[in-house]
Amino acid sequence: MKQAEPDEILTILARDARTTPETIATLTGRAVEEVRAAIADYERRGIIKQYKAVIDWDQAGVERVFAFIDVKCVPAREVGFDGVADRLSRYPEVHSVWLISGGNDLRIVLEAQDVREVGRFVAEKLSTIEGITGTNTHFLLRRYKEDQVTFTETEDDRRLVVAP
Amino acid sequence: MKMSTEPIVPRPLSKTVEGLAPSGIRKFFDIAAQMHDVISLSVGEPDFVTPWSVCEAAYTSMKDGHTHYTSNSGMPELRRAIVKHLQELYDVSYADNEVLVTVGVSEGLDLAMRTLLDPGDEVIVPEPCFVSYQACVALAGGIPVSVGTRAEDKFQVSVAQIEAAWTPRTKAILMGFPSNPTGATMPRDAMQAVVDFAKAKNLYIISDEIYDRMTYEGTHTCVPSLDGAQERTILLNGFSKAYAMTGWRLGYACAPGPILAAMTKIHQYTIMSAPTTAQYAAIEALKAEADVREMITQYKQRRRFIIDGLNKIGLDCHMPEGAFYAFPSIRRTGLTSEEFAERLLHEEHVAVVPGNAFGSGGEGHIRCSYANSLEKIGIAVQRMERFVKKVAGEAPKTAAA
Repeated sequence: MKQAEPDEILTILARDARTTPETIATLTGRAVEEVRAAIADYERRGIIKQYKAVIDWDQAGVERVFAFIDVKCVPAREVGFDGVADRLSRYPEVHSVWLISGGNDLRIVLEAQDVREVGRFVAEKLSTIEGITGTNTHFLLRRYKEDQVTFTETEDDRRLVVAP
Repeated sequence: MKMSTEPIVPRPLSKTVEGLAPSGIRKFFDIAAQMHDVISLSVGEPDFVTPWSVCEAAYTSMKDGHTHYTSNSGMPELRRAIVKHLQELYDVSYADNEVLVTVGVSEGLDLAMRTLLDPGDEVIVPEPCFVSYQACVALAGGIPVSVGTRAEDKFQVSVAQIEAAWTPRTKAILMGFPSNPTGATMPRDAMQAVVDFAKAKNLYIISDEIYDRMTYEGTHTCVPSLDGAQERTILLNGFSKAYAMTGWRLGYACAPGPILAAMTKIHQYTIMSAPTTAQYAAIEALKAEADVREMITQYKQRRRFIIDGLNKIGLDCHMPEGAFYAFPSIRRTGLTSEEFAERLLHEEHVAVVPGNAFGSGGEGHIRCSYANSLEKIGIAVQRMERFVKKVAGEAPKTAAA
């Protein structure tokens, strides 16, 4: 069976969150009011979670350390992994919490000022959470592509200026 | 020593070649190439790069040593894939030996003309059309007979127009829908009527369907899928537009056995075989349906965006149903299409192609390609607005404006 195509409004906003309802209306051939209503509905239902920018912090001169920490844990009765995942999610320095397949159970993305702060997080916060039996920390060295945006090169138009 | 600016050739060159007008697009290329902040809406190719899976397949084929000639007609695997593709998309059946892999549609067009025409044979060409049609007919010794289509007919050609252009010397009709430069498509019944006429007068049809996938309203009319068409049609298509593979130079021609065999004869003497790496890439391209669909979605959105913008600044434009060109009227400005394009380039650094470059019916229009980012299209339209207002403020050249 063919999968339903996602709504064009969502794919346009996922590409560029700053696209105005007026432009989206033009792009999709719908009425502006209809687009506004659809977006409001998506926001209300939590389908659109947030609008944010993809930033190259290195280029902005901001020193940040990002770590991927794979976590092994014992699923708890009733809640499974959700309990631990929920507790991890509450730390503001934790960017993402994912349940993953493979040898580990959860993967978190952590943002910190420096390596020591990551160490402190693992030693003092992670390891004290009941049910966590092991961690495996990887540091991010360089970003090449993130959220569909390429960080390594500027996208030049390599076409001739005029072509038949 | 002073160099002569006009080198002299020992003897006159071919009269046919001397008689060809250079492409009207060339002049603008030379001017635009000197400027650095030009926004170009004059490019007849996708702004997307080739899907990565396709590039990987080409790379792998080279690493594996597939760097030799292929069979004259093209790799059997590719021809089979093309046959399957046409069957699935348009329910048209070709045998494997009715497909020839060419160096772009350009080669297919040249082969078709040289295969069909004797000196003096006439070919009816609905215009405005791709810049090469006339030249390809003439180079094969034929006589192109223009039929001008009009904005009020959505640039579609009618049987009545073709009938009016017909003479006993007419041998073929050469068409490209969806159209470069107008974006026009042909509804199935209108195209069937053209086919019926061709059948009644025993004419060949050469159908250049390179923009087939870029059909935004309704479905594409594949000419050989029409009643009585396949036996007299040479279908030309390729990978340049739908798969963003212009630089790979790969296309194909499909025609009944005897016609295709004749075309293959010319091909084997002049080309030998289409580029091998590109053929491997093309096999993978035919599997890249998701990439094609994503590109089409974006063209479709940009189309609405540019047409809305052009109409708002007073350049009337019908909604094109295919390809990736807007073809607005610039008559209101009182400028010819060349004046408009040249001044727009000099004064606002936006490159468009004057409509007269595409033959009769093109004057009074410009071609704007929307194979560009929304951001650039937006800036280009702003610059055009400033230009149109400036022109409107100028005193008319003559009293009878």
